[in-house]
Formats: sequence, structure tokens, C-alpha cells
Amino acid sequence: MSSGYDFEVIERAAPYLFREGMTFTLTLTGLAMLGGVIFGTLLAMMRLSRFPLLGLPAGLYVNLMRSVPLVLVIFWFYFLVPYIGAWIIGASQPVQVGAFLSCVITFTLFEAAYYCEIMRAGIQSIPRGQVAAGQALGLNYWQTMGKIVLPQAFRNMTPVLLTQTIILFQDTSLVYVISVTDFLGAAAKIANRDYRLVEMYTFAAAVYFVTSLSLSYIVKRLQAKMAIIR
Amino acid sequence: MKYDWQWSVFFQMAADGSGTWLHYLVIGLVWSLATALAAWVLALSIGSVVGTLRTIPVPWVVRLGNGYVEIFRNIPLLVQMFLWFFVLPEFLPQDLGDAIKQMPPPWGSYVPAVLCLGMYTSVRVAEQVRAGIQSLPRGQTMAGTALGLTLPQAYRYVLLPMAFRIVMPPLTSEFLNIIKNSSVALTIGLLELTGRARAMQEFTFKVFEAFSAATVLYLLINLVIVMLMRIVERKLRVPGFIGSTTQVTAGH
Repeated sequence: MSSGYDFEVIERAAPYLFREGMTFTLTLTGLAMLGGVIFGTLLAMMRLSRFPLLGLPAGLYVNLMRSVPLVLVIFWFYFLVPYIGAWIIGASQPVQVGAFLSCVITFTLFEAAYYCEIMRAGIQSIPRGQVAAGQALGLNYWQTMGKIVLPQAFRNMTPVLLTQTIILFQDTSLVYVISVTDFLGAAAKIANRDYRLVEMYTFAAAVYFVTSLSLSYIVKRLQAKMAIIR
Repeated sequence: MKYDWQWSVFFQMAADGSGTWLHYLVIGLVWSLATALAAWVLALSIGSVVGTLRTIPVPWVVRLGNGYVEIFRNIPLLVQMFLWFFVLPEFLPQDLGDAIKQMPPPWGSYVPAVLCLGMYTSVRVAEQVRAGIQSLPRGQTMAGTALGLTLPQAYRYVLLPMAFRIVMPPLTSEFLNIIKNSSVALTIGLLELTGRARAMQEFTFKVFEAFSAATVLYLLINLVIVMLMRIVERKLRVPGFIGSTTQVTAGH
């Protein structure tokens, strides 16, 4: 290193990194988790349904998403979303969709495939007798699912769902490939502007490390707590 | 809204003049596989050692192993890629760092990409190996040592042969992951499959043709590996062990 490690660069960049970058990263993570869990649960219900017309497309979708790299999916949706938007509102030109919305859609749809597999295992972990009992009481499918199966499935799968969210949090850094200013994107911008790659990238690594490690520690404690009750 | 599909673009000459665009993408697939395979060798060797060490009854070794795993698991792959590519050469001695930076393309990005992917995947392998060893009944180690085996011998002849056969299925999915993750190497300039699809899209403006082709190639390679590994897994299956319960884990 020619000029030594410069902590001042980090200090000066930190407000920008957290205000612009981290806000984007966390909002994207939160929205994608919410959308991904909802869509993923629906996919899981489709995969487990008796009707092949529902199960087959859901299975295809999940397997497709799980066999292509996230980077490729990000590129796909970055170009595809404007066309889909135009198709929905019937415009003749691709609609301008902001980078943020494009990212939210991408990560929601991509992570849904992973959340789906978790929820599928969660639903399957509920004894069949409970569904039968629900039906015997006269509950319909949505009531059985909503009041009996899903609450327990969510509860059983909370640690895995949260671990998947930590992975999602790390994966959002890949929006770098479409030049979006997330936390890493912001760090990269400063790094290239001031030619301080070493400082910015080690700092980014440290922040991601501390955040993910503390989150996984919380998940572990939660897991231990829930394991005792069950 | 209509998109003008032009599949004939694949038979046009690629921008680098080496052949058609189709050829250009297939070369990309070869680079993806070359990166993934080299990284897999690294991941498997480091991962097996670290995973095994994390189960031995020596607390400080276990703690060291845990630390290693936490570091590589809690930093995003892309950030790790940047650390290997931009940051590491700066911390090495001057001439070694310069030598790394001056490696001719594509080696200048291939070597960091392989190291990064290898280390990143090694902790996942380590986790699987550790889980595999710990899934064995404790009585096996005890029986081994009771028969007069030393601890290394118990590992060598009793635990590891079983553990490796048990972790075959999860390792297969890790191998599929490493191929997918090799796409992240495009950020440090390695022209693997996704990177080439992106380059083709930039040159020809045929966005969806390029990405469709890349998607199909990824699907094909996934299919081939799943089929091959299914045969291997069937050969190595321990009766009564595999397929009984598959644990759900988070992943990507």
C-alpha cells in the first residue's frame, strides 16, 4: 500500500453510505422478504395442492428460479419489467420503471422460490390429522390453512425463514451489477471516486459481517427458545 | 407492446471475431465450469478438513474452525470477490501484489474468482461435513476407541467413510450453487456465461435472446449434473441413512 490505511475516508463517507446505501439495502431486504414470504407461501400451497394445474406451474417456476444464478435473474428483470409494465397497462412503449421497484420485483420473485421450499417443508411438518380434524369440524380449505396449518408452519419455520432473510440481505449487494446505489454500490462509488478501494471495501465487508453475524446470533437464540417450548 | 425476436442473431459473427454469438456463449459456459470446478476442488479439500476439525474434542481448534466459518459465511459473496480482487494485492508484499495485478486476462480475474468461490463454498462444505459427522451415533466413536483405535484412526476408518456418504446429496446442491455463484465473477471482469450474455446484449441489443440462451445453458448444465449425481448417490447410498429425512435449510 502506497499511502497507508486512511480511516478518515471512511469517516467522511459513512453518513452517505448509511443514509443512502444502507437505507436502500434494508428497505429492499424488508420489502422482498415480505413479498417473498407471501408469494412463496402461495407457491407452496399450490405445489402441495391436489390439482396438477396448480402444482405443475408452481413446481416449474420454483425449479427454474432455483437453477439460474441470481445475477442473471437481476439482468432478466431489469430489462423485462418495463415490457411487463407496458403489457399490463397496454402502452406501446416499455414503461420506465425505477431501479428500486425493479429490484423489489426481482428479489420478491426470486426469493419466493426459496421461501416456497421452506414453507412447503413447514406445511408438511404439520400432522395430517390436524387437516382432517379441521375438515371434520366443517372448516373449508382456506380456514383450515389460515387458522390451523399456516400459523404452526410459520412458527416451526421462523428460524429458517429468518436465516433465508439474512442470505437475502447479503444477496441484495448483487444489485451492484445494474449500478444501483445500495450499501455496497455507495461504497464502490466512493471507492472509485477517491481511489480508496482498500478502505471502502474492507469497511463494507466489516459492516456486512457485523450485521449478518448479530442477526444470525439472534436467530440462534430464538431457535433455542422455541425448541424448549415445543 | 411487442418485442422483436431475432433468434438468427446467434449465427452472426460475435464482436470479438472469434466465431458466432452462440459459440461466444458456449465458451462462456466453459469458463463458468472451469471456474466452478477449480473452486470446487479447493472448497472440497478445505471444507472437509475444517468440517472434520470442528467435531474433534479440542475446544480451541473447534473455536478456530467456527471463526473461519463465520467470517466467510457472513460477508456477501460479491464483497468477498472485491476483497480478493482489489484489496488482497495491496496487503501482499509490493512485488507479489504487482505480479498479481499484472496477470494477463483472463487469468487476472480467473485466479481471484477461483480463490474467492473456493473459500466461500468451503465453509458451506465444512458445515455439511460437520453435520454429517455429528449425525452419526456417538456410540460409533466410542466403539471405535473402545476397540483400541486412536481418535485419528476412528475418524479415518469409522466416522469419515460414513459421513462422506451421508453428505453426498447436500454436497451435490453445493456444487450446483458454485456453478451459479461463478456468475458473480463477472463483476471482476471474468467473461463467464452470464458476463458473456450481458456483453452480447450490449453489442447486439438482443436482450431477451441473449438471456434466454444463457438461462437454457444453465438449466441444461444443472440437469446434467443432477442426473450424474443421482447415479453417484445411488452407488454410494448407505442403506437406511439417505432419503429418510432431508433437513430444510436456507440457501441460495
